[in-house]
Amino acid sequence: MAESIRETGFTRRSFLRGSAGMAGALALPGAMAACGQDESPEESAGPGSVKFASTWQGDTEALRALVESFTTDTDISVEINEVDGPTFSDQIDSYLQGTPDDVFTWFGGYRMRFYAGQGLVHDISDIWDRIGDNFSDAFRSASTGDDGRQYLMPFYIYPWVVIYRRSVFDKHGYEVPETVDDFMALAEAMQSDGLTPIAFADQDGWPAQGWFDIINMRLNGYQFHLDLLAGNESWTDARVAEVFETWRSFLPYMGDLSAALGRTWQDGANLLFNEEAGMLYFGTFAGTQTEDPEVRDDIDFFTFPAFGTEFDDENAVDAPINGFLVSEQSPTLEDNAEAIDSFVEYLGSGEAQSMFLAENPNFVAAANDVDRSVYTPFQEKMAEIIDNAGAVAQFLDRDTASPAFAVEMEAFLQSWLNDPEQDTSSFLQGIQSFWDSLGVSP
Amino acid sequence: MTQQTREGRSIAPSDGPVAAVARRRRRRFSLFTRRDKITLGVLVGIPTILHLALIWVPTLGSIALSFTTWTGIGGLGSIEWVGLSNYEQLVTTYPTFWPALRNNLIWLGVFVFVATPAGIFFAVLLDKNIRGTRIYQSALFMPFVLSLALIGFIWQLQYAPEEGFINNVLGTQIAWLGDPQINIWAVLAAACWRHVGYVMIIYLAGLKSVDPSLREAARIDGASERQAFFRVIFPALMPVNIVILVITTIEALRAFDIVWVINRGRNGLELLSVLVTQNVIGPASRIGFGSAIAVVLFLISVGPILIFLSRAYRRLS
Repeated sequence: MAESIRETGFTRRSFLRGSAGMAGALALPGAMAACGQDESPEESAGPGSVKFASTWQGDTEALRALVESFTTDTDISVEINEVDGPTFSDQIDSYLQGTPDDVFTWFGGYRMRFYAGQGLVHDISDIWDRIGDNFSDAFRSASTGDDGRQYLMPFYIYPWVVIYRRSVFDKHGYEVPETVDDFMALAEAMQSDGLTPIAFADQDGWPAQGWFDIINMRLNGYQFHLDLLAGNESWTDARVAEVFETWRSFLPYMGDLSAALGRTWQDGANLLFNEEAGMLYFGTFAGTQTEDPEVRDDIDFFTFPAFGTEFDDENAVDAPINGFLVSEQSPTLEDNAEAIDSFVEYLGSGEAQSMFLAENPNFVAAANDVDRSVYTPFQEKMAEIIDNAGAVAQFLDRDTASPAFAVEMEAFLQSWLNDPEQDTSSFLQGIQSFWDSLGVSP
Repeated sequence: MTQQTREGRSIAPSDGPVAAVARRRRRRFSLFTRRDKITLGVLVGIPTILHLALIWVPTLGSIALSFTTWTGIGGLGSIEWVGLSNYEQLVTTYPTFWPALRNNLIWLGVFVFVATPAGIFFAVLLDKNIRGTRIYQSALFMPFVLSLALIGFIWQLQYAPEEGFINNVLGTQIAWLGDPQINIWAVLAAACWRHVGYVMIIYLAGLKSVDPSLREAARIDGASERQAFFRVIFPALMPVNIVILVITTIEALRAFDIVWVINRGRNGLELLSVLVTQNVIGPASRIGFGSAIAVVLFLISVGPILIFLSRAYRRLS
């Protein structure tokens, strides 16, 4: 057998020679491409296209329409790079330090201020100086970093409210509750009518934070809530224990909690739209879960009922603000500076925001000069709630001074929901010890 | 030279000056030419360098980072040395560490004591060349072809409480994936489904290579099926057994995709690999803390494998 191989010329050496040749051939295009890339930055002398990373997967059509209209007006092209939301959020640290796009979708709160403080986000105070009058003080402060400069261009805002279907309420003769006692009575009535009173889905971990936020703000006030998340108040405080005690009284109306912990928020919203549940405390974007226009018209909402405390007048609400940031480390930041400026300024205009919201009526624009006549009644109501809200929070995982804490808070709340009867003080002590171990300076 | 390669030694006498010259010449005569040696050096050296650079250097880096605090932002200059405090925090204040460790050990235990023996059992059965053996082999092996992420996705649909296949067939309302007491077992069922096929195929290949005369001898000596397997065939397949045990341990400790796809590894599905990901990748940005968890996972992985291999090779030699 050895002889026959040698006769055909297929020796070990010819094999090695062949594979080296093949490897070289495969490497050649790569080497040529690498050579080619060195030349292109010198070629682009004028404004290149603005690179824009978008994680708003449900809104690609609306964003494309926006970009097209911007390009028609200004002749500046914008390349949209669509990225999966959770993946982007996970990789943002390395993304911002590598070669990020010029503009990317993000939100306000501590998580924006953190990156601004690290120097990874470009200061856009100059744009704010030009168009700052278009925004209320709440938006200005939400867009400001710890150094007093502005970093975020707010685009839209949406409140967390109790959502219901009008037809279901009419059918059973339910009334919108004003106080917590009315709410409980309504839940009782729903339960006896065979509905799950409150749809709850916490597999994603963050929906439970919405419940914690609103109960904490209603019982203990907006300032205490922010102080707690910044680490200036202790989790072992009696006021926090009260939040969990109160929350416990809502739990019997949320159906089987194990099932809730295995349910994604989309399935939770579907419970409401399928008329299996009566109410859903969620962000108004839950409306995107249904394509049926009849159901969409049927959706209505009310703010979480008052607890009868001194903080009722605050009308505090969780209303996250989504917007755009400009990355500091973008390789084309200087080349495209003017183009980026005009793009970001355009995004802050009422015209751009109304164009976007025409496609996505689940949000409300941040700019003042938005033409409110194009708002659906749904959006009108949202805008009213936000205007009347004395205090606007950004949601626990965006407000907390430690993102690592937010990640672990999901696990803490899930473990509490698995065993709501557990000893609250040892549970809260566990949270406080974890916070202390993070070494966050207040 | 032909004499040397055929017999492996020269035919010169073994003492005296001729022998000394022969001994010197023996050292210079080797089986490889210079070109062969260079080729071998390159072919072995480059993978070794890559292996060291891409696997061992990062491993040592991770071990070093586990004694630090670092957010990953700001370059290497912002690393702060904190000694053992990451490990302290891990065992005292980090609530998901002990559940994750427990789940990893459960995963290892189920794979070693349930999934692998089941695979071996199926291999022994299918070795009998019964009718339709190829169909059974294909059916059992098919799940292995799917990636764990895909398996997580498929089984998530089966386990869905309202629309899932399992609840509808059994008529129950059990929250298979939502209840933290049972979801780890539900996920393990899905992982074993895949692992059994893997073990089966490897063991089948091993069984086919068993010398038929061994089985003949066992049969002649009057051994029953069970005795023949455990006393004769199983020991004869010791190399295959080692491979299977190492593979099983690796697959068990590598578990990540399936729980990540289902619910990102929370609420009863915590695993050490998931904890590392949550801390290192993502908003948490606790590189030092995540590295400490990774070191724990590394120790758990390397420990059993080293023990198995050292015992097995000692027994073999």
